[in-house]
Amino acid sequence: MTRRFVPALLLWLTFVAACAGVVSQTRFTADLSAFLPEAPTAEQRVLVEQLRDGMVSRLLLAGIEGGDAAQRAQVSRALAAKLRADAAFRMVANGEPVHRESDHALLFTHRYVLSPAVTAERFTSSGLQQAIAESVDLLASPLGMLTKSLLPRDPTGELMQLLERLDGGSRPAMQAGVWASRDGGRALLLVQTRASGSDLDGQQAAIDSLRSAFASEAAKLASGTDLKLLVSGAAVFAVDSRSTIESEVMRLALVSTAIIVTLLLFIYRSPTALVLGLLPVVSGALAGIVAVSLGFGVMHGVTLGFGTTLIGEAVDYAIYLFVQSGSAATKAGRNAYWPTIRLGVMTSICGFGALMFSGFPGLAQLGLYSIAGLVVAALTTRYILPHLLPAGFAIRDVTSFGLRLQRGVSAVGRLRWVLAGSAALAGAFVFAQHNRIWNHELAALSPVPAEAQAVDAALRSDLGAPDLRYMIVVRANDAETTLQKAEAVSARLQALVDGGEIGGFESPSLYLPSQARQLERRSALPDPQDLRARLASATAELPLPASRLEPFVEDISAARERPPLTRADLDGTSFAMAVDSLLLRQGEQWTALLPLRAPIAGAHAGEIDPSAVRLALEDAADAAPLFIDMKSESGQLYAGYLREAIMLSLAGVAAVIALLAVALRSPRRVLRVLLPLAASVLTVVAGLVLAGVALTILHLVGLLLIVAVGSNYALFFDSKGDEDAPPPATLASMLFANLTTVAGFGVLAFSSVPVLQAIGGTVGPGALLALIFAAAFAHTSSCLVPGVPAR
Amino acid sequence: MFKAASMRLLVAALLAAASLLHGPQAGAAESWTVAQLMQALGKHRSGQATFQERKYLAVLDQPVESSGELRFQAPDRLEKITLKPRPEALVLEGNNLSVTRGKKQFNVRLSDYGEVAGFIDSIRATLAGDRDTLERTYALHLAGNAERWTLTLLPRDTRMAEVVTRINISGSRGLLREIEILQADGDRSVMEIVALGQAR
Repeated sequence: MTRRFVPALLLWLTFVAACAGVVSQTRFTADLSAFLPEAPTAEQRVLVEQLRDGMVSRLLLAGIEGGDAAQRAQVSRALAAKLRADAAFRMVANGEPVHRESDHALLFTHRYVLSPAVTAERFTSSGLQQAIAESVDLLASPLGMLTKSLLPRDPTGELMQLLERLDGGSRPAMQAGVWASRDGGRALLLVQTRASGSDLDGQQAAIDSLRSAFASEAAKLASGTDLKLLVSGAAVFAVDSRSTIESEVMRLALVSTAIIVTLLLFIYRSPTALVLGLLPVVSGALAGIVAVSLGFGVMHGVTLGFGTTLIGEAVDYAIYLFVQSGSAATKAGRNAYWPTIRLGVMTSICGFGALMFSGFPGLAQLGLYSIAGLVVAALTTRYILPHLLPAGFAIRDVTSFGLRLQRGVSAVGRLRWVLAGSAALAGAFVFAQHNRIWNHELAALSPVPAEAQAVDAALRSDLGAPDLRYMIVVRANDAETTLQKAEAVSARLQALVDGGEIGGFESPSLYLPSQARQLERRSALPDPQDLRARLASATAELPLPASRLEPFVEDISAARERPPLTRADLDGTSFAMAVDSLLLRQGEQWTALLPLRAPIAGAHAGEIDPSAVRLALEDAADAAPLFIDMKSESGQLYAGYLREAIMLSLAGVAAVIALLAVALRSPRRVLRVLLPLAASVLTVVAGLVLAGVALTILHLVGLLLIVAVGSNYALFFDSKGDEDAPPPATLASMLFANLTTVAGFGVLAFSSVPVLQAIGGTVGPGALLALIFAAAFAHTSSCLVPGVPAR
Repeated sequence: MFKAASMRLLVAALLAAASLLHGPQAGAAESWTVAQLMQALGKHRSGQATFQERKYLAVLDQPVESSGELRFQAPDRLEKITLKPRPEALVLEGNNLSVTRGKKQFNVRLSDYGEVAGFIDSIRATLAGDRDTLERTYALHLAGNAERWTLTLLPRDTRMAEVVTRINISGSRGLLREIEILQADGDRSVMEIVALGQAR
């Protein structure tokens, strides 16, 4: 132990202790939206957050398959009854008319404050005459069957007005009295959990009880019937991805650690060396977690998953150190390697550093994690580890193995032109296919497996859930103002509906008008005496005598006394859910969502012209409506992110090149380092395209990391810029280091989490190719004695 | 949005209207049987007629009248186009029923109405002259002779019977003249039919 070492060791121990302290306080999350790009505007971000915590995240879509229609309906009813009795669920809808009575009762009771037709004009003699004449005419139509019995109480047809307006949406089909898919192969349920979207444990418990309730109901059927339950929804995705990540991170870490430990034991043949070798890795991982925890406040599980790659790279430094610490090595000899390793660490930092500026919070975390981890691992290796080596420490002598490798390198060198040719071929192929390489769908980045997305889409379309492509958002600091704004926008939208520009729209104000609007409507209702007088003249020409309309007069005078409808009045009706999903509260901010529906028929069938909507909204500028076209937004969003990723990657590569230029001070050497990297990148891209993979932003990031990580190997072959092949021991340590890195990244390629899979599948093969190309393009001597230049 | 009861009524009315597939005489048989009537009805591919309908409702002092056109097109499209008092187009095709009134359109899937779903079969059965299916929903009674017959349909389904008491369809030979629907609440409607184009 040298005197200089004591402070270093103390510093390191303090650091590790502090890290452990921070790590114990760190919050971990498995919310995969961290690997979705952040919404571009603050408004959209708020919207996304609200959707995440609001109603949408509490909805579960369920489908029952198998058996026959009667069995599915039976299970649907039994399951719904069971869930309605379960406190974990706020609402269970399966097509049974549980709310129909209360819905109609509510609409009918409050029709005069709900109906948009209620104005002072409508209750004048001529207004009443017109409205009643229309109701009488309606009796001639089959639709009149619905209104006939209510005519004495509702001669102006207010209930019909409301039903027409609320009936625009598509509803699920029915089969045997419950909701079913259009093709009739599934019974459908819509369930709302009490647990909010951020309460994953609560959501998981709810999903579990849904599944077990189904299992027990399905078991009651005659044996031989095999019913299957499909469950989807935001909560399912969140819960599933959490458990996937938790199990994946464990599994990946275990597998890659096992592979690396096996490799290390093979090389070191010493448990002491193994423990010492993993010391920098552990320090690095701790430092990474601490950096992310301090920088982001929360650490993502997937970022931890990348920890396995860090193991792969950080363990390299110890390998170099130990191999060079062989009995034949001197301290001076060992130190000669530091500049190369330092440069390698720095190029890696350039690559990972570019990620820190990414719009994906997950990638930014990964960048920070890797940089902190690598720096600390390298420093630990450089300043702590050498002092911890026991006297006479030696690992297996790898010289003979290295000599064999040298022969291998020469052999690879002889294949130089073949490899260069194949790399050129790959480059040509990539160029020829350059239009097909990229996946331009934002959905490609979705952390949700394609299969689960397909089930979700099928259930959603069967349930007639609105396509939330076009949405108008208004916000205010209280519910009343928000509803008033929604009403101002609704008036403009209704004009578009009447003009056939849009098919329809939803608004919380349709179910719960603002208090101001309700009072306005209420004040339009005449007092009983006036009303009787007006009715007498209004019905003079009609086959409906005023004397028969006394129930109407009673209802109107009751409506004049009734306090305005509140959200609490909606409890027990299906409107409660509608309002809760369209009127969202977040802290002091209220948001109303107004989704639009495309017209079903007419000149604009199936399409909405955004410019027409924007034009109409100009008249409601006071409400400051925000018009969102999700699809084009997400398209532009993706294009923006792709541009960002390309810029970041180019910046990362440029930083690597600049670093090399400064360090190597020779354009020729820089080129010699870069050439194998370019060849690996092209070959990997060609391989991915051939395998039918469309590249996403995450693959691009992977390519950047090939340059960052692979440069280490190219640098060793360039070592000192002379024409020598690396010495045998160096060759051996390089191969081991490469294998650990490839293992670290390669294991990720087998992950089921798309983000891990994309990066692992790119960097794993890329790192190996970088070594092979570096060996091939190095000016190796044909003679096997090191030090004799090849000519 | 339709109450099942009114749906049943509606479908019953449509079913009745669907029987306007009259055409050339199916032979002037001495004894006019349900079988012969069905056979005559089953031959037609399309038809057009005008209608005039009166509804006698307790709530009103006078009957409400409406008039317009009826069109049938094989295999399963039936249109009832009302021109007065207010324009309305009612189209039944396959499983879908749509009612367009002014700018408003209602769409209903018949199969969504469990107990009424059998009627779609009745209608098709009538169009196809499929007596067996028709008899599954109604008890059929044929009275009169070929020159002046009345086919009475009595709903078998109790829930249906709570709304519609009976349907009387009368005609002369292969010609439909009148459809009368008697409702359980005492209201009734009478539709008079005058054929336009002859069916193939």
